[in-house]
Amino acid sequence: MPVIVAEDISKRYIIDHQRKNGPSSLRDIVTDQMDKWFSGKKDNSGFAEKEEFWALRDVNFSIDQGDRIGIVGHNGAGKSTLLKILSRITEPTTGQIKIEGRIASLLEVGTGFHPELTGRENIFLNGAILGMSKNEIKQSFDAIVDFAGVEKFLDTPVKRYSSGMYVRLGFAIAAHLNPEILIVDEVLAVGDTEFQKKCLGKMRDVSESGRTLIFVSHNLTAIQALCNKSFYFEKGRLIEQGETTHIVTTYLSKVSHKMLDKHWDNIENAPGTDQVRVKRFKIFPEYQDDLNHIDVRTPINFQFEFWNLVEGANINLSMHLYTFTGECIFNVGTQSEPFAKGLVSGVCEIPGNFLNDGSYVVSMMIVRDTSTVLYNMEEALVFDVEDYRENVTWYGKWPGYIRPQLNFSIRQTEHVVND
Amino acid sequence: MATVQHTTTIKAGGSEKDYWKDLWLNRQLLWILSKRDISVRYKQTLLGVAWSVLRPLMTMMVMVFVFSYLAKIRSDPGVPFPLTVLGGLTIWTFFSSTFQQISNSILINSNLVSKVYFPRLLMPLSSIAVGFVDFLITFGIYVIMTIFFKHPIGWQIVFLPCFILLTFITSMGFGLFFAVLNVRFRDIGQLIPFLVQVGTYVCPVSYSGRLAHGTWFEKYYNLNPLVGIIDGFRWCLLGDESYFNPQSLYSTAIISFLILILSLVYFRRKEKTFVDHI
Repeated sequence: MPVIVAEDISKRYIIDHQRKNGPSSLRDIVTDQMDKWFSGKKDNSGFAEKEEFWALRDVNFSIDQGDRIGIVGHNGAGKSTLLKILSRITEPTTGQIKIEGRIASLLEVGTGFHPELTGRENIFLNGAILGMSKNEIKQSFDAIVDFAGVEKFLDTPVKRYSSGMYVRLGFAIAAHLNPEILIVDEVLAVGDTEFQKKCLGKMRDVSESGRTLIFVSHNLTAIQALCNKSFYFEKGRLIEQGETTHIVTTYLSKVSHKMLDKHWDNIENAPGTDQVRVKRFKIFPEYQDDLNHIDVRTPINFQFEFWNLVEGANINLSMHLYTFTGECIFNVGTQSEPFAKGLVSGVCEIPGNFLNDGSYVVSMMIVRDTSTVLYNMEEALVFDVEDYRENVTWYGKWPGYIRPQLNFSIRQTEHVVND
Repeated sequence: MATVQHTTTIKAGGSEKDYWKDLWLNRQLLWILSKRDISVRYKQTLLGVAWSVLRPLMTMMVMVFVFSYLAKIRSDPGVPFPLTVLGGLTIWTFFSSTFQQISNSILINSNLVSKVYFPRLLMPLSSIAVGFVDFLITFGIYVIMTIFFKHPIGWQIVFLPCFILLTFITSMGFGLFFAVLNVRFRDIGQLIPFLVQVGTYVCPVSYSGRLAHGTWFEKYYNLNPLVGIIDGFRWCLLGDESYFNPQSLYSTAIISFLILILSLVYFRRKEKTFVDHI
């Protein structure tokens, strides 16, 4: 029996090119209007600045009770928009969705937590925000505290919590929601491995009790572990649906491999904000010019260049390297330093004999005052590392995300003399 | 688990039908959000709740000094000047603080707007709580002051709830309008404190509305819905000795209701797009 039926869902956004960043100020609107009046034209130039963007286009699907649906696709494929529509945060431009049963969505861990309130108070606050009644929260209170492991800190304001505790408490509350349909967005990206396992386990429990789960993640491993069916979105369209293993294979094969060099010459259309704009992000392996064949022995350099538009801003870069299935391998950051207006360039080197063979994804963050993310260029580069082995007789797939050469030696420590 | 089968239909304009029902179903959330605002208010302050007592008392003293002692403005015959001021302040502060809280309510809760659904009207509604608690405290101070000045409270006090309700309607009307604008244009954040500051002098807070009586601009003056509210509130507390022109109440009532209805319509039309502008 279908619990969710979506018919012809589309969502249109109007992008305002002049002010793509942040809220507009009244002055902009007034001056725009003045310009229009005084230039006397019934010009369309004002409209030329505006562009339609279809975040979702003609999406149809139906989800049965007990299905565990994984949603895959690139950034900007419409996954988040779909979740927002399903959770009623925004309305579709056209089409309709019929939902049977209580629906709860977890788009963020700890939504509405107030830093000054204690853990106990926040459980009630967050529970209420997620749609639990006071009695439901009381009933699951002990279970929530236990799951999060924060007994000792129940009466401490959550601003004193470590980020791990914060996330655990947030997830614990959401995990004890008892909806018939649960929507989860990428929350597993946070927390330590043990906790991630706990979350996955909890989500499996949810689905095994006959409830329906919709799960968006970049982590294909998690999706494969959890979901029986998957949807593959590309550019706002649902282009394929079916068995998870099948969809993941299609996704991996269709994904345009390799993004090795991205650059923008014009500051106007470069990605970024009014504080920073990206000029170039490229990969260049040492010793060789051929970007398409980087082998495991080659040190790899990443060069990231951006325009700093704020005089004296304290800036550092933070780079994440992911496997192609979405597991983070590492995160490195530079020192924070003040920079004058102008171009700033950062270079990171991954030594040779460190990565394994396979595809890797890089994202780069520009951070101000070591705390505010000014711009996060997600999935900015994608590159392949190719296998090279010598003096071995085994050619199977080398296990592991990385393949570092470490000091690992063997020697004879005792001779057994046999007469 | 809900035993009743629960069906939701999502489509453009679809939230319209069940809006008021949803609002009612979410009343527990309203209560919890209000409680949050109140309990967070004086966290990490030295004086804590004492601020709610000190602020009106100090303001009253300054106003009395400036208006009565320096500017030699007279209060209504038979009414001690401090009571005129404190009576005015009690209701004006209730209006101005709820008005400000409502205007900022959507922005302050923007993290909720982009992550969960509930009728957005809950946010302005819940933000009234803090102002109301402050109002009760100031009112308590007022009662103590009447004992001190031996000015009895008369039968007029029975009308007090009407004026409190009118204040609520007026602040909601203005507040909702600015709350919507505030999401779209951050200029409003600059404008609101300024409006409140101007209002403190334009409205008969620390003087009696009698000063405008008989002048050529009286009829324009009375168009301000707060004139009727403040003079009327004071009349409830101080009795017939305090000046109150019931005619100003007509404009108050009509204008306040009209603004509330228009603002509600405006708010309901715009709330769906809040998330796109935050």
